[in-house]
Amino acid sequence: MLEKALHGSLRYRIWIACLILVGCAGFFFYLRQLDYGLGITGMSRDVSWGLYIAQFTFLVGVAASAVMLVLPYYLHDYKAFGKITVLGELLAVAAVVMCILFVFIDLGRPARVMNVLLHPQPSSILFWDMIVLSGYLLINLVTGWVILACTKKEIPPPGWIKPVIYLSIPWAISIHTVTAFIYAGLPGRSFWLTAIMAPRFLASAFASGPALLILVCLILRRWGRFDAGEKAIQALAKIVAYALAASIFFVGVEMFTVFYSQIPEHMHHFQYLFMGLEGHHNLVAWMWIFAVLSIAAFVMLILPGVRRNEVWLALACIAVFVSLWIEKGLGLVITGFIPSPLGAITEYHPTGPEITITLGVWAAGFFLLTVFYKIFVHVRGGTDGSPCGPAVDKMIH
Amino acid sequence: MTSSRRDFLKIAGASALTMMTPAIFVPAWAKDVIVIPPGQGLALKKALAAGRWAMTVDLTKCTADCTDCIAACHAIHNVPDFGNPKDEIKWIWKESFASVFPGEQNAYSGEKLQKLRPPVFCNNCENPPCVRVCPTGATFQRPDGIVMMDYHRCIGCRLCMAACPYGARSMNYRDPRPCIAKINPDFPTRSKGVVEKCNFCEERLAKGTLPACVEACRQKALTFGDAENPRSEIRRLLKTRFSLQRRVHLGTGPQIYYLL
Amino acid sequence: MKQHKWGLILLGLAIFAIAVTFPFWYGKGKTAPPVLSLETPEIAGLADKKCVEDAVFMRANHMKMLQAWRDEAVREGKRVYTANDGRTFEKSLTGSCLQCHSNKEHFCDRCHHYVGAAPSCFDCHIVPAEVKK
Repeated sequence: MLEKALHGSLRYRIWIACLILVGCAGFFFYLRQLDYGLGITGMSRDVSWGLYIAQFTFLVGVAASAVMLVLPYYLHDYKAFGKITVLGELLAVAAVVMCILFVFIDLGRPARVMNVLLHPQPSSILFWDMIVLSGYLLINLVTGWVILACTKKEIPPPGWIKPVIYLSIPWAISIHTVTAFIYAGLPGRSFWLTAIMAPRFLASAFASGPALLILVCLILRRWGRFDAGEKAIQALAKIVAYALAASIFFVGVEMFTVFYSQIPEHMHHFQYLFMGLEGHHNLVAWMWIFAVLSIAAFVMLILPGVRRNEVWLALACIAVFVSLWIEKGLGLVITGFIPSPLGAITEYHPTGPEITITLGVWAAGFFLLTVFYKIFVHVRGGTDGSPCGPAVDKMIH
Repeated sequence: MTSSRRDFLKIAGASALTMMTPAIFVPAWAKDVIVIPPGQGLALKKALAAGRWAMTVDLTKCTADCTDCIAACHAIHNVPDFGNPKDEIKWIWKESFASVFPGEQNAYSGEKLQKLRPPVFCNNCENPPCVRVCPTGATFQRPDGIVMMDYHRCIGCRLCMAACPYGARSMNYRDPRPCIAKINPDFPTRSKGVVEKCNFCEERLAKGTLPACVEACRQKALTFGDAENPRSEIRRLLKTRFSLQRRVHLGTGPQIYYLL
Repeated sequence: MKQHKWGLILLGLAIFAIAVTFPFWYGKGKTAPPVLSLETPEIAGLADKKCVEDAVFMRANHMKMLQAWRDEAVREGKRVYTANDGRTFEKSLTGSCLQCHSNKEHFCDRCHHYVGAAPSCFDCHIVPAEVKK
């Protein structure tokens, strides 16, 4: 099926060329980083994780969100999602690949990465994260590819794929829970030391991932000769609305606990985020953009009239994606380090090479996503109309 | 039977994957025949040993502007000076009393307390979070309590830096060697990309000498010893003096005691 | 058609064979095997010129021995090695090995360069002679 990605319109080829260009720029600077060390980034002794790990955290959420399509379709027989579950699974694959790349480029000694498997430490959450992420990658790659191949050949998918699909549901929850535990179990970082971290991660994941999928569906409908169906898109929009509501609610719950209890150690981080602390307010503007965008998007998504309008829906989804990226891909990781355990405030400024490498990884992910969706559209072109190809549908239900 | 190009690629891919098979599946006949005999001798005869190494810092003796312990430690351990706080590496440094002991000071505390600059080190915790989170076992706890770094194994993920509630760990953001004023050949430098910290001078204990900071302190403010030995000097001090540990409510069991 | 295919396959196999054996015949005669120098004052002063174990064993296995020493010294605190003939050594690259083999360029490096090995030991461990210079 891969050969389908080799041909395409001029627009497709220009898009692919741009992605490759950005990817190469990122790779070039990654080679510089390998040579010089992580000092090429803005990370410091006090703020020892930056953009890379933040992107990783955000993208684990995007990956986990595939479950929002798989669960209604396979467990509740929600037929409208039949056409697009594969889109969700392939999005998960691209997102997990980006996650793995982001963790990898963040390592000081990448050549030694296999030490994690050579000397496994079951007490380390990072060890478990490596296991669940690679497992999730495998599960989604296999299910997405097998279903797509069977749709193409118009044969029922093999029987063994069904338990694998069911396994992917708890597994999706696990990847984001384990990722949250990386943060939530550290004694000295009061910003992260909260039991609501995993639920909060999942809520924002189930908003940002489906928002991206809606955007993809709208793009494919306009330019890709594939219609996911109005019913599926509207159902996704409702999922985004509720997940976003939960996400905003969880942030509010955190803020109540912190500001009503008035424990300085916990309060300082939120003060730094939304008000600035001792004259340092790098993230203040960002966080207010997050607040405004997420609430605006929520309002847009709960009003049925607005939600049904394609343009407004697209705008709302962009707002959801951007706002949650700010909250998780920027605010959550960096603020854990500010102020430091010794009370020092060190601001974090990502450097040019660091930003280019980050964009390079995003480009690699979008390259994968584009190729997957190109193949998907090609395959679906023949069997359009029925939810997932009649044969597939029969096997599942 | 003819096989298609697709089948060929599948077989080639599957064969390539087998290269990732972990070493446990190596059959007996393919195993290495040369076995280096494990260490028969345990430690050098003159080595210092303890049930649990600990240190006291007498804040009544430690003077605010003295940096002898830092200089001695950093020279002996080849700690580089990059000249910027971003990449900074430090094993011992000094902080204000309020930073070291948040909450132990109030607005009316005397000038004497406010002027203190206690030295801070790795606490070589009894229950170290850094060891718990390390994905490779590069940082681990010895039976005598010292929290060690195996620079050979560290992958530079910096999870330990996030886990340490004392900010005791430093990352080599770049090659340290060019920035070391005078290299001490008896201790390795580190390479870029690994994390490092105070090791209670385990390399000196192995040869029968006390930690460099303890030796360098002219005020004799630092006492190093076995906290499990009731007759040790450190236990006598802890029995007779009032002591503080840093952020002890976190349950890490820090092994540096500050005497007031 | 069949004939034509066989020709291509044979050509491919020939290219593969040439590429795989390339290093063997290309380098032949161009590089002399390394001559390792044992000319250091420390070795000259030894009554019995013997390494930790015998030379044949050391040549083949020094890397495995150093790895084992490394893990035992750092991780288990076992710092003394008893050789087959009963002599004891401190498990230390700088403290034991390099004390005799103080001429790293003429000993370690010559062979490592010849076989194209790039051990990372000396990224961190220091050759005492190089610092004193």
